[in-house]
Amino acid sequence: MIDVKHLTKRYGDFCAVNNISFQVQPGDVLGFLGPNGAGKSTTMKIITCFIPPTSGDVTVGGKSILDDPIGVRRQIGYLPESAPSYGEMTVGEFLQFIAGVRQLDTAERVRRTGEVMELTDLESVSNQLIDTLSKGYRQRVCLAQALLHDPPVLILDEPTDGLDPNQKHDMRLLIRRMSERKTIILSTHILEEMEAVCNRAIIIANGNIVADTTPEELATRSRYHNVVTVRTSVGGLEALLGDLRGMAGVAEVQEELGADGHTATFHIFPRGNALITKDVTALLDQRGIAVQELFVQRGRVDEVFRDVTLAQPHG
Amino acid sequence: MQSALTIIRRELFSYFRSPVAYVFIIIFLISTTGATWYLGKFYATNEAALNSFFFFHPWLYLILIPAVGMRLWAEERRTGTVELLLTLPISMFTAVLAKFVAAWIFVGVALLLTFPMIFTVYYLGSPDGGVIVTGYLGSFLMAGAYLSISCFTSSITKNQVISFILSFIICLVLVLLGWGVLTETLADIFPIWIADLISRFSFTTNFDGIRRGLIDIENVVYFLSVIVFMLFMNVVVLENQKAS
Repeated sequence: MIDVKHLTKRYGDFCAVNNISFQVQPGDVLGFLGPNGAGKSTTMKIITCFIPPTSGDVTVGGKSILDDPIGVRRQIGYLPESAPSYGEMTVGEFLQFIAGVRQLDTAERVRRTGEVMELTDLESVSNQLIDTLSKGYRQRVCLAQALLHDPPVLILDEPTDGLDPNQKHDMRLLIRRMSERKTIILSTHILEEMEAVCNRAIIIANGNIVADTTPEELATRSRYHNVVTVRTSVGGLEALLGDLRGMAGVAEVQEELGADGHTATFHIFPRGNALITKDVTALLDQRGIAVQELFVQRGRVDEVFRDVTLAQPHG
Repeated sequence: MQSALTIIRRELFSYFRSPVAYVFIIIFLISTTGATWYLGKFYATNEAALNSFFFFHPWLYLILIPAVGMRLWAEERRTGTVELLLTLPISMFTAVLAKFVAAWIFVGVALLLTFPMIFTVYYLGSPDGGVIVTGYLGSFLMAGAYLSISCFTSSITKNQVISFILSFIICLVLVLLGWGVLTETLADIFPIWIADLISRFSFTTNFDGIRRGLIDIENVVYFLSVIVFMLFMNVVVLENQKAS
């Protein structure tokens, strides 16, 4: 659906986007992650034909941004980072305006405006001036305008930025719903959001792609992947730790004393990401340890993110 | 086409929703008619003509027109709506043209609202209707030229005040190039044909015949050329901003 080919964007000496390439299949929800200034927004602005690339090309649904930018824009609904809108209009008027510019005929305009306001829960404020709305509502208005023409592609730049937890939840549900019929690229800083909503993740740092994978695979790169964490009460710990460290599949055991002094938590690191849960529980059972908490960690994606982005030099 | 009309409608709607538009129209009317009566000594001319009404337009437009055009692109860039507008499936030229036309229509409305002057002149005597129509059309065309310059300066900066000042200065130069004292000075420095050529690039020179009822195709072409050229520059500036 979207094919980014050797995209580069330079501003004088500064290289914002450095020869990146990736494809997005229909139905994908691609999460764009990266530190601020990494090139996420720039890449999105190039795909939506807001800024021209220095070199490289992007095709959306077969149309190239260089040859047919208007054809590309027709297929895309774009939510810019600043979620702009015309404050002096009401929500309804603004949506009708966008629908008009997108050349929907009168009947369609009214119908789609209504549908989209229902989808984004804006019906209660349809006659309110956008200037008077809170940030969360304005974000939804801007998302609504992106959905008006029912585009096959959605490009959302930090769609949950500035929303409260409830609004974030609603927005993520909406994105998941949309993903059934659309191809979506969204950028975010929130790793749990990426894990909740996306089926693919690309991490960009300093203009380069440093990871192009799935959220699950990203988690497996973490040191903490498949680590078994156990919390018990202190007492007979030395022996237990000795036994755990002695187990075949265990690489190391880290322990921390609880704040109250009565509990201890230890993280059991397996050799080579193996699953050691069965062996650990067997040992704990054998020793008759009273386990307060036990779980297997998926992996700390924020650590992977740090490792992967801080390793990248300026380019 | 539908896109352009939608944008024009929205712009006009946005003008008239703001109290600033009404304040502007009132100031426009007061300054144009006030200049006619007090500066132009209307009664003293003893003529039922709008000559002294149109005479001041090039000077009044220096202030009035940039006031309309200064926010056109500066505001869009400041609020970020330019990112919304320019990612819609329309060409940049459509967007530039639509915003310009909407502003021009607005100025046209203000100009039309000076119609009491027409009634006055018909009441006081028997004026030449053709001359009056020519004067209004010419003034409208000239306003378009001022406006196109103002749109251009508005796209250069995000600050409306800077846009206003730049536009004022550019238009002032174009007005002064045809003004009495300056043309004489130019004639002293340059050979007569160069001085003459320079003054033909002036607003005042080109408006001179029109306000007296004479339509010279040269003047019309001049104003249209300014409009086309400035709109083109407007597009160039916006494209350039995107690239860097």
